[in-house]
Amino acid sequence: MLTKRIIPCLDVKEGRVVKGIQFLELRDAGDPVELARAYDEQGADELVFLDISASHEGRETMVDVVQDVASELAIPFTVGGGIKTIEDMKRLLRAGADKVSLNTSALLDPHLIKAGADYFGSQCIVVAIDAKWDETIGTWRVYTHGGRNPLDKEAVAWAKEAVDLGAGEILLTSMDSDGEKHGFNVDLTKAVSEAVTVPVIASGGAGCSEDFTEIFTEGKADAALAASIFHYEETSIAEVKAHLKEEGVNVR
Amino acid sequence: MIGIVDYGMGNLFSVSKALERLGVPYIISDNKEQLAHAEGLILPGVGAFRDAMKLLNETGLSSFIVDQAQKGKPVLGICLGMQLLFEESEENGLHTGLGLLKGRAVHFDGVDKSGTSYKVPHMGWNRLVFHHESPLTAGLEEEHVYFVHSYYVTGETKESLIASADYFGEVPAVVGKDNVFGMQFHPEKSGDLGMGLLGNYTRYVKNMEVLK
Repeated sequence: MLTKRIIPCLDVKEGRVVKGIQFLELRDAGDPVELARAYDEQGADELVFLDISASHEGRETMVDVVQDVASELAIPFTVGGGIKTIEDMKRLLRAGADKVSLNTSALLDPHLIKAGADYFGSQCIVVAIDAKWDETIGTWRVYTHGGRNPLDKEAVAWAKEAVDLGAGEILLTSMDSDGEKHGFNVDLTKAVSEAVTVPVIASGGAGCSEDFTEIFTEGKADAALAASIFHYEETSIAEVKAHLKEEGVNVR
Repeated sequence: MIGIVDYGMGNLFSVSKALERLGVPYIISDNKEQLAHAEGLILPGVGAFRDAMKLLNETGLSSFIVDQAQKGKPVLGICLGMQLLFEESEENGLHTGLGLLKGRAVHFDGVDKSGTSYKVPHMGWNRLVFHHESPLTAGLEEEHVYFVHSYYVTGETKESLIASADYFGEVPAVVGKDNVFGMQFHPEKSGDLGMGLLGNYTRYVKNMEVLK
């Protein structure tokens, strides 16, 4: 049986991991390779690197980061952030990334999903969706630019459209749950996961091991992504996996 | 020395770095003369079957690989590269493969026997089940490896199925007949077992060379 995946997410700026990583055993908490190795050793099933560089130079550095990680580790990983063209995708995938994640650029130009899937195969193309509940329309609305700009687009419908265009996976972030640590958004994840034929990664809201069990069983997620609870060692991947095993969820 | 066949598709970088970590010399090339000097070949591949075969046929690499394999040179296909070793694939219409192994690549149904739908691609870590002894699995234990694919091989001979994974049916994961091998998953992204399998292939290549 296929196992459920646990995916730590690392924010990278100008080639360095940022946002409070508190692994005591690390010499250099900003080094992407050292952190990737630490997570690999803890049992991470995959990694996501989100490039939050503002500059062109920073983005160029990301290609080096990808090469370094792919050179040293036998673990699959996805790179997202600022990918706008086929050329951007090509550089990252050739450097050893397994998948690229598109968010705002795919919303501005949905054809980019199709172009990427045609060129590299659907399995390389992840579409990331930032969604927030909207009382006025009675469903979840899609946001661009890191959750700043609301769109006239509904999350479940956009997920389906993205998959029709060739997305091989959906990375779904609940803006309502993100940072709250009260658990993943079960309703949103379930709605999207049941609407699409491809795997769905749930993101936003992880606070403890039980949250992972809930999102896999009730939320129908195929994978779950978290950042701060792993970075701050509030729990470890090993702990989460041990709990999932006890609850009968199939993990590696 | 291993020759990684570069025909414009595939994650060559990760495969080559995995060989470096194993301490195995390699070349990446699309040049037949250079590849002919390699003691064993690796055929990687990410993307669509039709496009890959088109490139291999246009460059003459398809007949070269078949010729080399028939002369006894070890060949390992990875992911799409494994599917290319078979007779044909149903991806984007029926297309002919290299025909070194018997069988065809077909799409996952997406619906199980009870009518419940399941996710395609088959993406993530799945456990291998070993079927019979092979130099590729020698000394290794059944563990999880990383899969990403929407098509899988069916109609293979029983003898060629070295290991499989369970994803709404039996999915051939490691195949092999004589000197021709394939891995449906990505050994270069599959942790210790992946590296172990890749290491076994390179040792097999070395041993074949000694026997010559």
